[in-house]
Amino acid sequence: MNNQRSFFFNVDWLTVILYLILCIIGWFNIHSAIFDEEHPSIIDLSTNYGKQFIYIISALVLATVILLMESRFFSALAPAVYVITMILLVVVLLIGRNVGGNQAWISLGGGFRLQPSEFAKFATCLMLARYLSGTNIKVTDTKSFLVAAVIIGFPMVLIILQPDAGSTLVFCSLIFVLYREGISPLFLIVTALVIALFILTLLLNQNYLILGLVIAALLLIYFFRRNQTLIITVVAGFVISITMIFSVNFLYHNVLKQHQTVRIDEWLGITTDLRGIGYNVNQSKIAIGSGKVWGKGYLKGTQTKFSFVPEQSTDFIFCTVGEEWGFAGTLTVLIIYLILLFRIVFIAERQRSNFSRIYGYGVASVIFFHVFINVGMTIGLVPVIGIPLPLISYGGSSLWSFTILLFILLKLDSNRMGII
Amino acid sequence: MNSFFERRYVILGIFIVIMLMLIGRLFYIQVIDDKYLAFAQNNVLRRFIKYPDRGAILDRKGKILVQNEHVYDILVTPKEVREFDTLQFCKLLQIDKKGFDQRWEKAKKYSYFRSSVFEKQLPARLYNSFQEHLFEFPGFSVQPRSVRNYPDSVAAQFLGYISEVNDQTITKSNGYYHPGDYIGISGVEKAYEEVLRGQRGVENSLVDSRNVKKGKYMDGRYDTAAVAGERLTSSLDIRIQKLGEKLMQNKVGSIVAIEPATGEILAFVSSPTYDPNELVGRERGNNISAMYKNPYSPLLIRPIQAYYPPGSSFKPLSALIALQEGIITPQTTFFCAGGYQAGGHWVGCEHYDGVTNLRKGISQSCNAYFCNVLNKVLNQNGAKNTTAAYLNWKKDVNKFGFGVKLDVDLPNEKRGLVPAPARYDRTYGKNHWRANTIISMAIGQGELLATPMQMANIECTIANRGFYYRPHLIKAVGDKDIIKPEFKEKLSVGIDSVYFHPVIDGMQDVVERGTAVASRIPGIVMCGKTGTVQNPHGKNHSVFVAFAPRDNPKIAIAVVVENAGFGASWAAPIASFIVEKYLRDTISRRPSGINPKRYMEASLLPALPGSLPKLNPHLPKDSLKKNQADSNKKSIRSDSDKKKSQIIKIAALKPKKKDE
Repeated sequence: MNNQRSFFFNVDWLTVILYLILCIIGWFNIHSAIFDEEHPSIIDLSTNYGKQFIYIISALVLATVILLMESRFFSALAPAVYVITMILLVVVLLIGRNVGGNQAWISLGGGFRLQPSEFAKFATCLMLARYLSGTNIKVTDTKSFLVAAVIIGFPMVLIILQPDAGSTLVFCSLIFVLYREGISPLFLIVTALVIALFILTLLLNQNYLILGLVIAALLLIYFFRRNQTLIITVVAGFVISITMIFSVNFLYHNVLKQHQTVRIDEWLGITTDLRGIGYNVNQSKIAIGSGKVWGKGYLKGTQTKFSFVPEQSTDFIFCTVGEEWGFAGTLTVLIIYLILLFRIVFIAERQRSNFSRIYGYGVASVIFFHVFINVGMTIGLVPVIGIPLPLISYGGSSLWSFTILLFILLKLDSNRMGII
Repeated sequence: MNSFFERRYVILGIFIVIMLMLIGRLFYIQVIDDKYLAFAQNNVLRRFIKYPDRGAILDRKGKILVQNEHVYDILVTPKEVREFDTLQFCKLLQIDKKGFDQRWEKAKKYSYFRSSVFEKQLPARLYNSFQEHLFEFPGFSVQPRSVRNYPDSVAAQFLGYISEVNDQTITKSNGYYHPGDYIGISGVEKAYEEVLRGQRGVENSLVDSRNVKKGKYMDGRYDTAAVAGERLTSSLDIRIQKLGEKLMQNKVGSIVAIEPATGEILAFVSSPTYDPNELVGRERGNNISAMYKNPYSPLLIRPIQAYYPPGSSFKPLSALIALQEGIITPQTTFFCAGGYQAGGHWVGCEHYDGVTNLRKGISQSCNAYFCNVLNKVLNQNGAKNTTAAYLNWKKDVNKFGFGVKLDVDLPNEKRGLVPAPARYDRTYGKNHWRANTIISMAIGQGELLATPMQMANIECTIANRGFYYRPHLIKAVGDKDIIKPEFKEKLSVGIDSVYFHPVIDGMQDVVERGTAVASRIPGIVMCGKTGTVQNPHGKNHSVFVAFAPRDNPKIAIAVVVENAGFGASWAAPIASFIVEKYLRDTISRRPSGINPKRYMEASLLPALPGSLPKLNPHLPKDSLKKNQADSNKKSIRSDSDKKKSQIIKIAALKPKKKDE
């Protein structure tokens, strides 16, 4: 260690350990999920668990390289990285390989392929941090807010064209970053309300919903009768809500793809089709639920191993955790994520530079969103949105992307005393 | 650090709330809700039943009566079916397009995803050509199973048959039987169902999402092997069974032969019979409904279900009871004036026998002699005590297994009939009936009804000089040849053995110089008794009972041929062929010139005019009803013009005199 002291000095070892634990949990669960009796070894390179081992090793190399780089580099190179990633996102639309309906991959030859949307996550975080940390930039200013929104929105547009709705939604999580930097809490509240209204529109009879809104609005107006501003706000909110109710139907039937609407219908219980569209979630719940408290044991899971659960090594890897390790396992994994998130926020808050802090919140937001959506999806809490579980799901692009995301923060943190 | 520092707590709060939501939900589905575990097992666990082979049934020498043959069920999974050449498919299975469509609809209705039986029990011959083309028919598969096979096609009613269990049986079995299982419905198959069926095995397998077996559950810890059913050794002798069936073809009736020393049933012929193989395989449905429609009801198990008055074959029993009671001695004589005057009516004999003792009474089948005997028996305590005397007599008769169930090891055995006094009280009024009122019982007519099995059993008792073993069909169960204890129990009929000798003398005379002299077997001393049983609906039934040889008897037999006339002309020769075949394994030339060929070829099936009462195919109707009618006074009266000119006024049947 001594001769590397200069490089690894001040690295937040707790985060590194949590990172390694998650990678190893992922690796073993991938082994179990797609266990092949002819190739039982976990480092057999002809299998995907063998490949994951390679990805982990290469991710560690990548992490080391990042830690060896100069901190100020990241701030300086942020615009370049952002632009290159955006170019790749355009390129992938032109020459990308279509896998599972998404034009998301650029083939690198030799069986390896790159998913630019994964790298867009840290590129956008870097760019957002770089912009918001600039002098005289306040996110509360309309102009600054709009520029920040464009930085976030541009990759979203390119990714939705693939069309990869799951990855697109990830960028929405950056609203936490904006919130931390000072935008009105109304954004969070309105976002929550919009989601609630969207769901209610699908679930309830439109007329009852409008009736309910009218009553709510009248009550609020009566309540706020002394305050003209609030009344105007309420009226405006009411008008927007009514508009939204009507636009939801339009959005739902004319903008969203059918495979998306059926997923939402299934999630909300509007339709129940356990053999068709609801099969995945139902089987996923069965796998997780059958694990009970202590699970069935390593390599003993039947639901994931006998391919009842689809995508059992990638998006639905959490099923294997739930089935073989039980509630004890799922609780452990979620607590590790929670500790990691707290640690990242703690690290972000101890930065002297705005760039580092803003970037840190970006990292936390992206990881949080992935965990929430992915785990929520496997237990039917959110609709099926195909995004990986950070560091655990099988796949090189995803692992590298999260590694880069996290270790840039660690590098920035190790240098927190210096001025960028 | 900027002014929005506090907001980190909001963000962390959101993180915690969302994580708690996930954890709460996980806690619910993993810890509280048990249904997912059940669903999971439902997903991967499959119980495969391993069917045991049903036990084989052998004859007493080890020849196979029933064994298992392999056939093939064709299964279909509609979801996996792709386009194929239906014409060729139908040709291979030998079904038509309409039948194909019906089966296809049925399979789809059952389940689109799960396999069901498309065609049952394809014989090996068809299967061989079909399986060469199986790959051309995706979605179809084959499942071997075993069915019963009868190499000699004999003893159908004895063996009985098996059939798919019905819903009622499934419910009653407390989960033992499942739809599609087979169960014994009649005969030995039913009586010994629990021994024959064996023990099913279970294999708990894991399957993947495509229902492909992936290995055993818990390394087979909960699996059980199928245990084949026990082999049964029956007491039947296939040689005489076959001969009996041949002799009885185109006739209605029964042959029952029993080994007196053991009670083992040697022959069990019920005619008309059928080929038991007809109740197996694809044509089973058609065959069985044809059998139900057959007016001669081949499914009726005549040896234990058909009722006949024993007629003159009852006389030895009648004599034995009187001897035991001390009413007569072998030297007691009665005078036969060609008949017996019973109060106001006359029971005629066909001979004028004059002074008749026991031996002569039996050998000449003198009705007058036996009417006098019964009269004395019933009047021993005075005419007023007839009822008590009758009850006593009835008890003695019952001891021979007559009028009570013999508890043969076959289901649905009938008990026969020796009427209770109450029946006469009802008909004639209490104490208004006397010995002469019911005198036709003396010669085995009247209300008396017996099954051929009971008739043969009486011969066993006489052959044994006073006891019998419960007649049974199965002498050994399994490889260890275990004999059921109830079949080793010696049952005494309460008559001292000394009284048998004069009766047996008389029976020997029947064959040597009496009514059945034409059926004498050179070199074998057979003791027998003919019976010609009156039948108001047609020709008399021909009955013969016998045992042989006289000393150390090896076989007791009862033969009933319906509508055949005299006992001596049909039943006695048939019995003699079987006795000789059993004792010597060959049939010699008879001095009387009779030979089996003529008896095999003769057709004595009663005509089936519309005038016959409609037959209920499920019941032993033809013989039962007709013969019960015999004991009904009205029908007897209408029938009485047949024989003698006397007017019959009371219930006693006008019996035929001696058989000749």
